[in-house]
Amino acid sequence: MSAKTADKVATAVIITFAGVIVLIMAGLLGFILFRGVGHISWDFLTSAPQTIKAGGGIGPQLFNSLFLLVLTMIITIPLGLGAGIYMSQYSKPGKVTNFIRLIVEVLSSFPSIVVGLFGLLVIVNIFGFGFSLFSGALALTVFNLPLMVRITEQAMASVPLAQKEASLALGLSKWKTIKSIMLPIALPIIITGTILSAGRVFGEAAALLFTAGMSSPRLDFGNWNPLSPTSPLNPFRPAETLAVHIWKINSEGLAPDAPEIAAGASAVLILTVLIFNLLARYIGRLMHKKFTATK
Amino acid sequence: MAQSGGKKKVQPHIIEEWTGKIYTSLCITFLIVTIFSMVFFVASKGLSSFFVNGISFGEIFGGTQWKPDGEPALFGALPFIIGSFSTSILAALIAAPLGICAALFMVEIMPKYGKKYLQPVIELLAGIPSVVYGFVGLSVIVPFYRDIFPGQGLGIVAGATVLSIMILPTITSIATDALSALPPGLKEGSYALGATRWQTLYRTVLPTTMPALMTGVVLGMARAFGEALAVQMVIGNAPHIPTSLFESTSTLTSVITLSMGNTVMGSIQNNVLWTLALILMAMTFIFVFTVRWLERRAKR
Repeated sequence: MSAKTADKVATAVIITFAGVIVLIMAGLLGFILFRGVGHISWDFLTSAPQTIKAGGGIGPQLFNSLFLLVLTMIITIPLGLGAGIYMSQYSKPGKVTNFIRLIVEVLSSFPSIVVGLFGLLVIVNIFGFGFSLFSGALALTVFNLPLMVRITEQAMASVPLAQKEASLALGLSKWKTIKSIMLPIALPIIITGTILSAGRVFGEAAALLFTAGMSSPRLDFGNWNPLSPTSPLNPFRPAETLAVHIWKINSEGLAPDAPEIAAGASAVLILTVLIFNLLARYIGRLMHKKFTATK
Repeated sequence: MAQSGGKKKVQPHIIEEWTGKIYTSLCITFLIVTIFSMVFFVASKGLSSFFVNGISFGEIFGGTQWKPDGEPALFGALPFIIGSFSTSILAALIAAPLGICAALFMVEIMPKYGKKYLQPVIELLAGIPSVVYGFVGLSVIVPFYRDIFPGQGLGIVAGATVLSIMILPTITSIATDALSALPPGLKEGSYALGATRWQTLYRTVLPTTMPALMTGVVLGMARAFGEALAVQMVIGNAPHIPTSLFESTSTLTSVITLSMGNTVMGSIQNNVLWTLALILMAMTFIFVFTVRWLERRAKR
């Protein structure tokens, strides 16, 4: 085979493989949406699931997922921002910094089930929070923190050095410089990254099996007292999220329409992740425009 | 703010400086404490099956029988170790060529189409939750294999197929970064000598970026090794070493997922499950150090 033919064959193979990936993706999305969207209705989104009968919905699960996401973000964002700022601004290059970097890397590659088991042992049993939304949020924090740190670090590194130096030269303290000059410039990247990581948290299930639990108590959506055990707002009640629900009905579903519920719930999950993706792009662009004054 | 009883006032900007320093240091300390306590707790629970319950290393790592309720109870974890390794290696073997070709397409062949179409597709693949992959695997891939191959369709191949799609984004994005970071002089030199594009890619670009490409493959394998729910849904969960790729088997993660809730904290069976978690954690360390070693080679 001459060099020219080899070149053509190789190019064709590479293009085919790229096409195969697009086809896989289209098939995957098409399958989930085609199977699931027909099943989504207002009733499906709001009603409670049935154990043995057909016709159950995903209302409490959907609410739990969103509530858990908010709780996780409330804990993760301040911690992740702080740690990321430390890594990018305060740590001095050397053995200690390298070691912390290694730790962040290891933490980000821990299997989520191991994080879930750690949560079961330490948060659920030793700290005594039990199977609860709060335990789940803490486990997801462990899972999400390295990502948040990396996002913040990258965003801070993208700020032009001149901006920082100008502010320091004016006599502002380092923290003031970071807080009032660098952070606003880094914000579009941080927000985009945070929304993307929120999408990941939304779909996470393995770390929640043993922390947030696999069941929901009967919720009374008229009861907004956060201390009552039947209130949806109580963070110390067990909660099954949408992703955990999909896993459960696929592994041990008893309802006769379990495949349809799984399909509908998967479609909801995918659509939510898609919305998160689009939102991240949109807000990122909006913020970029606002802060850089480009038209 | 005045110092109590002192003559000198502490400057406001110094207080401000210290708030920032203390706040960020506390955050990073939290991170460090978390990981150390994780290693400590998982290791202390995982080692207790050896030191408290007196099960030998040989039985867990070499035993082929998993009968936790049997008389006598047998805790051979070899089938799960084999299951985990075979699915993740096979997944990496499927995903590596696809991912590297996708990266070549995006960087070298058609950057315009790559940025516009392939990149968003890859990002979406990365965002799909693992239970959805499991659900699709269970309702599409498993019936497909059941129809064309002997057996139930559940097994190593089904698991590896699902995992390979899940780890494709990891491999692709790292390969894309590696290829884009290549100095242009290298390629231009090769073209100037009259080499075709494929000769350039195959003889200079791929060998130069090989350690970086391997980094992506190892990271993908690490992800596949630790993935729990999607694998659990399609692997079949039979506790024995399979004789064919289409026979039901188990992985370390799937057996932990299914059994942990049914055992009592502190019982022998529970401790052995923690040992499996410890193996998962040790493998994570091995993967991370392999990646670090590859990165050092890539820099040279």
